[in-house]
Amino acid sequence: MPKAYIDGREIELRPGERLNGIQAAARAGIEIPHYCWHPGLSVVGSCRMCLVEVGTRDAESGRIIMLPKLMPACNTPIKDGTVLVTNSEKVARARAMVEEDLLLRHPIDCSICDKAGECRLQDYHFQYGQGERRAEIRPFTSRKRDLGDVTLFIDRCVMCGRCVRFTREVSGSSELLVIRRGAQEEIDVLSDLPLHNPLSGNVVDLCPVGALADKDFLYKQRVWYLRRSPGVCTLCATGCSIWVEQNQDRVYRIKPRENPAVNQWWICNAGRYGYPLVHDPRRLRGVTRRGGGSAVPLDGNVFSREIPQQLRAAGKLALVLSPFLTVEEAYLACLWIRGLDAAAEITVGPIPREGDDQRFPGGFVISAEKCPNRLGVEEIAAHFRPNGRSYAEWLEAAGRGEFGGIWVAGGYVRPWIDEAAAARMRHARLLVVQDLFPSPVSDGADYVLAAAAFAETEGSYVNARHRLQTARRAVRPPLDNRPAGPLFWELLGRSGLYDPRRVLSEVAAEITYFSAASGEIPDVGIDLRVDRLAEVAPRPGTV
Amino acid sequence: MKNDDPNIRWVEEPEMTFLEKTYLPLFLDGLTTTARHLVGRKITVQFPEERHHFPEPLRYRGVHRLNRDEQGRVKCVACFLCATACPAHCIDIEAAPSPWPDREKYPVRFNIDELRCIFCGMCEEACPVNAIELTTLYDLSGHSREEMIFDKEKLLSVYDQTKDAEPPLWMLEKAARSGSTAGDSGAHNGGAGDFGGGPSAAAS
Repeated sequence: MPKAYIDGREIELRPGERLNGIQAAARAGIEIPHYCWHPGLSVVGSCRMCLVEVGTRDAESGRIIMLPKLMPACNTPIKDGTVLVTNSEKVARARAMVEEDLLLRHPIDCSICDKAGECRLQDYHFQYGQGERRAEIRPFTSRKRDLGDVTLFIDRCVMCGRCVRFTREVSGSSELLVIRRGAQEEIDVLSDLPLHNPLSGNVVDLCPVGALADKDFLYKQRVWYLRRSPGVCTLCATGCSIWVEQNQDRVYRIKPRENPAVNQWWICNAGRYGYPLVHDPRRLRGVTRRGGGSAVPLDGNVFSREIPQQLRAAGKLALVLSPFLTVEEAYLACLWIRGLDAAAEITVGPIPREGDDQRFPGGFVISAEKCPNRLGVEEIAAHFRPNGRSYAEWLEAAGRGEFGGIWVAGGYVRPWIDEAAAARMRHARLLVVQDLFPSPVSDGADYVLAAAAFAETEGSYVNARHRLQTARRAVRPPLDNRPAGPLFWELLGRSGLYDPRRVLSEVAAEITYFSAASGEIPDVGIDLRVDRLAEVAPRPGTV
Repeated sequence: MKNDDPNIRWVEEPEMTFLEKTYLPLFLDGLTTTARHLVGRKITVQFPEERHHFPEPLRYRGVHRLNRDEQGRVKCVACFLCATACPAHCIDIEAAPSPWPDREKYPVRFNIDELRCIFCGMCEEACPVNAIELTTLYDLSGHSREEMIFDKEKLLSVYDQTKDAEPPLWMLEKAARSGSTAGDSGAHNGGAGDFGGGPSAAAS
């Protein structure tokens, strides 16, 4: 096994593995500071922050020969016998010099800079910079430039060029460029070609300092007030891993969560700026009983006491599952409706689609399917109702008055149903609708319940590539809301608090498709096809 | 430590003499103290009629004020450091890009819950531009809780009321700078940094 040596620590390289100095050091638990290098972008070695001493160790004699000059770790491929020294006096001096140079032209307006608290320049200055300055530096206000989707604070920039490489290599739109040279270098766009692409928000995350600012988040919160929870984006079937960042139950921003199997380091602007729907004032609230043109707010406990009898009395039941539900919610809903009426019809509501899949040069895909969990919900519906009718056929049947009671478990983030379809559903004697926003079908329902938005729900989603990921609850839903998960948990008469993990292990034990999800779900999710491949593929050595 | 610990030294109260048993010496001693205060210098103030005088108003920690700059605009740059430092969580700020070309960020809303405040002065200490200061106003009262949540306008009006009697630190520092030689300008470099300088200030 090839070996490399970082500060005297030995690391083993797997065969065929290509690491650079920064990655190898990270494996040994040593951080090499860097600005311009990013695992998702090409290597330029321009910031000089990762300079280290590099040498080789002769395997037979054990003699180490070091190069006389410092080398950038980001551009040093690690091979058998590579020696890196990152903790010497020489390296520390080089880092302090880079920091001093960057701060010469930096406005040090940290107290009004949105990046303060998560800024590389700040962190590295405290860790590797020198205690006192030799130049007289006074704080000043940075010049600003509107680049299109984001704002550039010109003087805060450290010219790492990450944003420029991102637009060239990942989004493929190449809007950003560097103008002038040397100390006058600046990031800019051509006047008729502003930064405007579906992935443009990522340049703000990439910026190691406060130069690129999110227009949406600008001056909303200081970052140290925010608390983050791991989530899953629910706005398309790609299901990007995200961080939901909130303060006092209000979501302020969405950041990508690294997941090599789904979104790598990126998310699209639709997901990044889609969070305001959580706090949309038009959202349905609480539980209401409607009829005769009036809507009466109802206590949630009264509702869960009276609804089972009402549904039993209504006759044949039907359940519409939206592809926005989590696996656990859909499962509990089916379990409950089948408990009331063993012949209940279960169908999956309309799947919102927009155009075609958008693919980017960096491999990022924005799915045309604008819902997070079609595969998961369809599998659950098929388990409880094999060979069930499609939504269109089911709607026909509803129009003929086949069903006495219809429960719509919605959660759609955009308008999804027209007046004609809603009129067909109203043929039922009892119509219960749980949804995020008012729609023609909620207007004509007997009971309307508010659903929980994505940041308020805990549960699992199956993305378009059969990967099951778990989202944590980031904010609490409004007090009078009865989210689907806890509601069905209560209606099923289960004791204690709603526990999505227990439900998911039940689902894994019950339905073959989900069998891989029986244990702990890792942060990057789990591929549900793993077990199936094992069934079909011949075991090694048996052929 | 137990009662029979050898390190404990037990002492008995000394027996009182006859004179002491009459309590007359102690009585006279007490009366002397009273008499001394009757004729001595007064240090109490007849509060509502008279008011306390503060020789060093910057040190006292009374009601807050939000200072104005030379152009009469709020001096605060909405950095949230006071709200971060506040142990009572009584400061609530909403920031926005400023409408002025020489400033980047300013507070559109700045509320201090004076009832929740513990007057520790941490906000004043944290402020990088000396925009929030505690005045010597100490008789704070109101008719309702809502009235005691001071908003930006109210805090600025406290400044207008008190600026002549107790000039803000930035004004004193400016006076000191213009009075002294240019040599000590470096001493103000760290604390009194002003984000209203513009790029030209950096070059100077």
